Amino acid sequence: MIYYLGSFLLIAIGLYAIIIKKNLIKILIGLNLAASGVNLLIVSIGYIKNGTAPIFSKIGINPSAMVDPIPQALTLTAIVIDASELALAVAFVVLLYRHYGTLDIKKIRSLKW
Amino acid sequence: MIRKIVYSIFLATIVLALVMFFAAYPFGKNKMTVGEYYLNNGVAQTGASNIVTSVVVDYRGFDTLGEVSVLFGAAAGVAILFFVLAENRRERKNITSPNFVVKVGSRIIFPFILLFGTYIFIHGHLTPGGGFQGGSIIASGFLLLYLAYPGTRVSRKKLSAVEGLAGLTFVLLGLYGLMLPESSFLFNFLPKGQLNALLSAGILPIIYIAIGFKVAAEFAGIVDDMMCEVICRGGEK
Amino acid sequence: MIYISWILIILMLILAVVSIQLKNLIAAVVAMGATSLIISLLFLLLQAPDVAMAEASIGAALTMIIYIIGVRETERSEK
Repeated sequence: MIYYLGSFLLIAIGLYAIIIKKNLIKILIGLNLAASGVNLLIVSIGYIKNGTAPIFSKIGINPSAMVDPIPQALTLTAIVIDASELALAVAFVVLLYRHYGTLDIKKIRSLKW
Repeated sequence: MIRKIVYSIFLATIVLALVMFFAAYPFGKNKMTVGEYYLNNGVAQTGASNIVTSVVVDYRGFDTLGEVSVLFGAAAGVAILFFVLAENRRERKNITSPNFVVKVGSRIIFPFILLFGTYIFIHGHLTPGGGFQGGSIIASGFLLLYLAYPGTRVSRKKLSAVEGLAGLTFVLLGLYGLMLPESSFLFNFLPKGQLNALLSAGILPIIYIAIGFKVAAEFAGIVDDMMCEVICRGGEK
Repeated sequence: MIYISWILIILMLILAVVSIQLKNLIAAVVAMGATSLIISLLFLLLQAPDVAMAEASIGAALTMIIYIIGVRETERSEK
């Protein structure tokens, strides 16, 4: 249960940073934290009590005592995509900084809200 | 100030909605039906002892192909942004030379990082790990090389050759499965072998090795672009 | 043993708050990497070794280095 609560709060912290912060790097950090929270939430859905990892390393392991493999497989691909997309976002931020000379989104005209 | 209060209420609402939604799914109780099916039949159908690998590469192999293409798109995007759109190209500047210990230590440790990454993606169908993890470990080995010797450049042509060959292996194996009598994309046509042997699980290890090379090449390319941004055009702030 | 997950989750939340509140951007990025590392330990406790390895090598190492290069190319601190 604590895993659910922790991941909810992590998502909330990430969203708070995305909404409130003015600095672009801080916004990206918030995005990363929220994505990690979602990953943690998805993996903790698949957990069962006293379960083992879904690997048949020895013969005679009971499949019904294993945790759910599907959330883990989905999360695995999600982590890799997160990292590559965030690299792209950092590249955009660097170019924005070169063009406007600031990281503050209030001063960047096209991003003003 | 009033903005912060409004957004805090908004976030509290989101958290409350999540709590109410997940009250229907108690923690640590029951699994999804599909997951149980994969656990009960995965070994017989794919021959891999790591069920996560068999889900990633076999049952949802098409998904993984799309994911690898997204990775390629992101790496190409970073390269395009930094090399084509960059305006003010400055001259190469000297940055602080790294410590002696870092230089010698990284030279000793770099082959072992490569070996560890390779071990992880070759044994992807037996032990935890696989192409994504092994590939990113190899890319972090390249990162160590960049930190120790700032002048290093990986050859972009070789990187894209490795990347293209790995992607081609994945697609061609999938298309070959389409030509067989029981046709489906990514059909596992090689013999399954014995459980927990290195040569088992048909085409799964081959595909995971291809994914490993591809991920390593993509991330090494991203790191190379980023480091070149610092070294070739950057300089001290 | 049961309380390990409680301790780790509270530490993770503290590090997340620290990483969005710090003015020094390099320190904030390092705190974010530490959060990722603790999340990978939590994945290990949740019996997901594959995901834990991916999070430790990608989320904690590669992402952090990419952010550090990005901060180095722009501003050191948030104004």
